[in-house]
Amino acid sequence: MSTTVWIILAGALVTYLTRIGGDLVLSRFERIHPRVEAALNAVPAAVLTTLVAPVATTGGVAEAASLVVAGVMYLRGGGLMTGFVAGAVVLVALRNLVG
Amino acid sequence: MTWQPCCPIESTMSEKIDFNDTGAEFRRGMRRSIPVVIAAAPFGLLYGTLAVGNGLTVGETVLMSATIYAGASQMVGIELFGQNIAPWMLVMSIFAVNFRHVLYSAVSGRATRHWSRLKRYLAFFFLVDPQFAEAERRVAEGRPVTLAWYMGLALPIYLFWVAEALVGALFGQLIPNPEALGFDFLLPIYFLGLVMEFRDRPLWLPVVAVSATVSIAAYYTVGSPWHVSIGAVAGIALAAFWPSQGAARELEERQA
Repeated sequence: MSTTVWIILAGALVTYLTRIGGDLVLSRFERIHPRVEAALNAVPAAVLTTLVAPVATTGGVAEAASLVVAGVMYLRGGGLMTGFVAGAVVLVALRNLVG
Repeated sequence: MTWQPCCPIESTMSEKIDFNDTGAEFRRGMRRSIPVVIAAAPFGLLYGTLAVGNGLTVGETVLMSATIYAGASQMVGIELFGQNIAPWMLVMSIFAVNFRHVLYSAVSGRATRHWSRLKRYLAFFFLVDPQFAEAERRVAEGRPVTLAWYMGLALPIYLFWVAEALVGALFGQLIPNPEALGFDFLLPIYFLGLVMEFRDRPLWLPVVAVSATVSIAAYYTVGSPWHVSIGAVAGIALAAFWPSQGAARELEERQA
C-alpha cells in the first residue's frame, strides 16, 4: 500500500478515536458535576460558531450578505431550510453579479 | 436506564409517537437528513474534485471520504498532500481539525446512555457536525435519540458523502468555476442555522459571542485549524465558570 493510503487510514483512526473519546472518558463518571453539565450544554453553539465566524471575516460582500440574510431568516423562525436557501440564493446571485 | 432529556423544553406531540417503531423512527431520521445532504453535497463534490487535482487517485479520494468522513479535515489533508510534509504531521493535522468531535462524543454519549456500548461505538463513527447537531436538536425537542432514528439520519448523509467524492473525482474537472455556484460557502451558511437552532439554551448569546470573538482572533494569530478548538474551549469555559446566577446554579438546584 502507498504512503498516502497509510496516512488516510491513520487519519481515519485518530478521527474515530475523537468520536468515541469524549464518551469513553465521560461514561466513567456516575454523576456529572453541574459545571461540566453546563459546559456540555454549551458545546453545540460554541463549536458550530467557530466553524462560521472566522470564514465570515475572510469572505467579501457576497459572503457577508448571505450570512446576514440567512441569519435574519433563521431568527424569524422560518426554519433551517428556509434560511439556508435564502442565504444560498443571495450568495450565488451576488457572486455572479458583483463578482 | 431510562432516558432523560438534558434540557426539558415543552415536549410537543411526543406522547403520540411510538419511538419503538423502528421503521418509522428510521424514516423520521431520513427526513431530517435531507437538508444536511443538500448542504453538504457541493462540499463533497468539491472535495472529490480538489483531491484528484492535488494528486490523489480516485480510489484514495473515495477511501478518505469513506474512512475519515470529516469534510474539513479531508480538505486540510489533501491540501497538505500537495506539499512535502512528514506523514505524522499530516495525521496530527487531521487530528487537530477533528478534535472537536471529542466534545460531540461526550455530549451525544449522554443522550444515548440507553444504547449498549457496542451500538454506541459503532454509531459514533458517523458523528459528524450535522449528525451531532441534529441529535442535540432532537434532545432539545424532548424526544429520545433512538438508534433507528440516528441511523436513518446517518446513513443517507454518509452514503451521499462517499458517492460525491467519487463523482467529484471522476467528473469534477468538468465544472469550470465551482466558486460561482457558491460551493465553498454553503456549509458556513448551514452551520449558522445550526448555531441559531440552539438559541434557547442557557447562556447561548454569551457563549456564541465569546466563541466567535476568540475563534476569529485565534484564526488570525495562531492560525487554522487551531481556531476551532481554541474558540470552542473559550465559549465552553465561559459556560462552565459562569457565576452562580447562571446555568450551573440552575442545574445544581435541580440535582439537589
